[in-house]
Amino acid sequence: MSLIYVSLAILGGIGVLSSLILYIVAKRFNVEENPKIAEIEELLPGANCGGCGKNGCHDFATACAEAKSLEGLRCPSCNDEIMARIASIAGLAPAAPAKPMVAVLHCNGTCENRPVKSEYDGPVSCHILNSLYIGARGCAYGCLGCGDCMLACNFGAMSLNPLTGIVEIDETKCVGCGACAKMCPRHLIELRARGPRGLRVYVACANKDKGALAMKECGVSCIGCGKCVKECVHEAITIKDNLAYIDYEKCKLCRKCESVCPREAIHAVNFPVKKEAQAAIND
Amino acid sequence: MSNRRLIVSGSPHIHTGSSVKSRMWGVVIALLPALAFSLYAFGIGALVVIAVSVLGCVMTEYLIQRYLIKGELTITNGSAVITGLLLAMNLPSNLPVWIVLIGCVVAIGLGKYAFGGLGQNIFNPAILGRVFLLISFPQQMTSWPLPMVNRASYLDATTGATILGKMKLNELVPDNVDLMGAFMGQMGGSLGEMCGLAILLGGAYLLVRRIISWHIPVSIIATVALFSWCAGINPLVSILSGGVLLGAVFMATDYVTSPMTHKGMVLYGVMIGVITMIIRLWGAYPEGVSFAILIMNGFTPLINKYMRPRQFGERKVK
Amino acid sequence: MLKTFKKGGIHVPEYKLTAEKPIVDIPAPREVVVTFSQHIGAMAVCDVKPGDHVVKGQIIAKANGVVSANIHTPISGKVKTIGKWKTAFGYPCDTVTIVASDEDVQYDAEHGFEPRTEEEIKALTPEDIKEIVADAGVVGLGGATFPTKVKLCPPPGMHADILIINGAECEPFLTNDHALMLACPDEIIEGVKYIMRATGVNRAVIGVEDNKRDAICNLEKHLEGESGISVMPLKTKYPQGGEKQLIKAVTGKEVPNGALPISVGAIVQNVGTAYAIYRAVKLREPLISRILTVSGKHVQSPGNFRVFLGTPLKTVIEAAGGIPEDTGKIILGGPMMGKAIVSIDAPTIKGVSGVVLIPEDEARRTQENPCIRCGACVEACPMGLEPYMLMPLTENGEWEMLNEHGVRNCIECGCCAYSCPSNRPLLDFIRLGKFKVNEMMRKKS
Repeated sequence: MSLIYVSLAILGGIGVLSSLILYIVAKRFNVEENPKIAEIEELLPGANCGGCGKNGCHDFATACAEAKSLEGLRCPSCNDEIMARIASIAGLAPAAPAKPMVAVLHCNGTCENRPVKSEYDGPVSCHILNSLYIGARGCAYGCLGCGDCMLACNFGAMSLNPLTGIVEIDETKCVGCGACAKMCPRHLIELRARGPRGLRVYVACANKDKGALAMKECGVSCIGCGKCVKECVHEAITIKDNLAYIDYEKCKLCRKCESVCPREAIHAVNFPVKKEAQAAIND
Repeated sequence: MSNRRLIVSGSPHIHTGSSVKSRMWGVVIALLPALAFSLYAFGIGALVVIAVSVLGCVMTEYLIQRYLIKGELTITNGSAVITGLLLAMNLPSNLPVWIVLIGCVVAIGLGKYAFGGLGQNIFNPAILGRVFLLISFPQQMTSWPLPMVNRASYLDATTGATILGKMKLNELVPDNVDLMGAFMGQMGGSLGEMCGLAILLGGAYLLVRRIISWHIPVSIIATVALFSWCAGINPLVSILSGGVLLGAVFMATDYVTSPMTHKGMVLYGVMIGVITMIIRLWGAYPEGVSFAILIMNGFTPLINKYMRPRQFGERKVK
Repeated sequence: MLKTFKKGGIHVPEYKLTAEKPIVDIPAPREVVVTFSQHIGAMAVCDVKPGDHVVKGQIIAKANGVVSANIHTPISGKVKTIGKWKTAFGYPCDTVTIVASDEDVQYDAEHGFEPRTEEEIKALTPEDIKEIVADAGVVGLGGATFPTKVKLCPPPGMHADILIINGAECEPFLTNDHALMLACPDEIIEGVKYIMRATGVNRAVIGVEDNKRDAICNLEKHLEGESGISVMPLKTKYPQGGEKQLIKAVTGKEVPNGALPISVGAIVQNVGTAYAIYRAVKLREPLISRILTVSGKHVQSPGNFRVFLGTPLKTVIEAAGGIPEDTGKIILGGPMMGKAIVSIDAPTIKGVSGVVLIPEDEARRTQENPCIRCGACVEACPMGLEPYMLMPLTENGEWEMLNEHGVRNCIECGCCAYSCPSNRPLLDFIRLGKFKVNEMMRKKS
């Protein structure tokens, strides 16, 4: 009997002692943190995407709680309502609503437009492939199709279409954090304004080669011919390094450039199908 | 000509040709002499235990890969076969089939796949299975059939104690051990630890094919020898009795659970030798190789962390 | 007992199919494409206009800064175009295309370079030699293509006391240095003397692996009566030709991490570079040609060739009997460190030490398996790194940890990936990790 008491006493003693030590340590090393930080963090998605420019959600919450003004502090995946709640927790005026952004791939080099010329036999990583050679489908600027951006995306918005061999962005899932844009070794992904009702016009090419070379590489490459620049009355299009760029701030979505592009490199998305075209489909 | 699709990859563009598969089957070949001797010594009992153990391990691996992980089937790479063989070598030849099967499931399921499969396990699966059985079924696991006389019997084999067992009970003085008999497999014991000669033959094969390096086996054997010499026991008795040779050559050299660097391997081997002798001399069990290897398996990540190779041109910290 | 480096290293199959083959000249083509980026460092700056007439050996692009090199035209002719041309790896690069007319070919055949006389050479100061080397656009011809002049000028306060000439040639298949040591020992020795004069070093060692016995004997025979220069046979082991490994093998000294060979008093030059220096100093010929090996298991007539830079790789391969039908991979350099290419229309450049054609059934990697922690990579690494750990660290983007584990010391020799039984692409990831860590360190400083 006495053995049991001794054991109980020893075990109980160890328990009490340990909890005491834990208590002392917790008190001694307790870091006082602004309670607002935890409150704000609760509202954030917790994906640590880095789209706000901070090192993850906790860092962002700390910055919000300690900031004097919320200008420039914005979580790309939170809507204005959540940002307003964050502002009320921080006791500050909410920042001006930012334009919602979406990631856009400046490449349309599908297998059809850019035939496969060689076989890559190494780890599936755009960075490694890019350092070795031009890629299996020519074009020193185009999408490599290894999906490093997919790994970077925390919201499951990127997917590799096995038919085209290039990455596709699901705009319903994209929050515009820009993690993919930072990851892409060829800097093919740009954050552009979503546009009213999602209407956007952009150049789906990043080829900076001169016309002849660019034409050889890909069926839908921008050759820097300048037709779109002449057509645009809003001065939204510029050509740099043989490549057209549409400034989304100036673009009025008139789609004139799209129709004049001889290479079909200008894409207009989410526009309603025109009546004639709809009729053609119906026939 | 111009339509040729060239293959592109990073350097190096050639490979040694050695593969996991070839190394694993190399170990199987190295186990053959010891297996052949156990069949010769224990006959039908050995055959049943070995066959059940190998099939059990392979089946467990197959079922887990097929239905639990639903991943690629890799049973042909031979690692499950090795686990099965090594487990069998650590069992007595009169062990009932159902106990062997439990050992297989524990070895593969708990020892290997609970940690994430090949390359991820912390403990040597075969030893984990063996130790599990030893603790769960102490009686069945420590009744050793006598060699040569039991060739036609399986569960009803006549049993006797091992050298170490007798020494533990002070029934045998180390000086009276028949060394040549132990070397040639005349004393009772587990299937595989019987014949020192057969194990050394396998070890030589592994060394010649460079499947293992000498560091682990030599440091274990040397430590056991030195320790027993200091304790006043004939070193040869310590080495030849029990599972020291089997453990040093086949069990401790398992790639996954042993350290990566040569100096780490030496430390690992020395510690296995020391723990083995401590268990033998002062522990409750007559034999401690399995426990020693298991304990040092747990220390392997720590050894890898601190016993790193010296970098070329490393500057001395002043 | 032959010397070698101690740590790591592997024995690779040699496949020296062309060891006995003499050096064959490939005639200069009528049209050459000369790229401006044939060396490590800044791209050379174009110095000609379309339509200009250039004479063989004339500078067409000037070195841009200290770590850069001049580019010369290998033939006389007219500048056809200046523009982008695809390199062997498919990326566009600035180039000049020069086309020779019949008169130009005639002119090149009749006019050679005017060699310097003995007196002129005697009168050269060390500074003069360095100038000649820089003007001639000589770069390290072992494959790294580091501008040689930079190596000949030690940083202030540093002094070299041994010159090591790298004739190890540890890569499988390649025999261009071997063939050179057999064919031109006197020229190499002469070149070594110029380097010794330029750097003020009075001891030179030519390190040659002992699988090239004939080259060792040949050099020794021609070195009789010379003082200060000797041949050292080395035990064959890959990567003996690595700069740090060669210094360790010859002198027993280890170059500290991140330091230059000069910190242990050594300068290393390739035998091919010594030969190029001879041609620059003695013959007044800039670096417009090089010797390379075309080899491969199924190549019809593999051999060693002297090729004018700018010759299309296709022409070079055709000289060896063309591309075998079953070729799957074409490598510039040796199979351990060379790079696989996609285009054979690209021109030969200074760094191409060989073209190796691998049959298709050997060109693909076999399936990758999980790491079994066998430690083969740790044992093989000549730099004492832990490749098994560097690969997952790169995959997870742990750049700080990678740096702590010394990824920047990796020499990219490929021993780890070669010896991995699980066929893991260790070097691919380590190379990426090294690049990223270097980038991070540059940003920090």
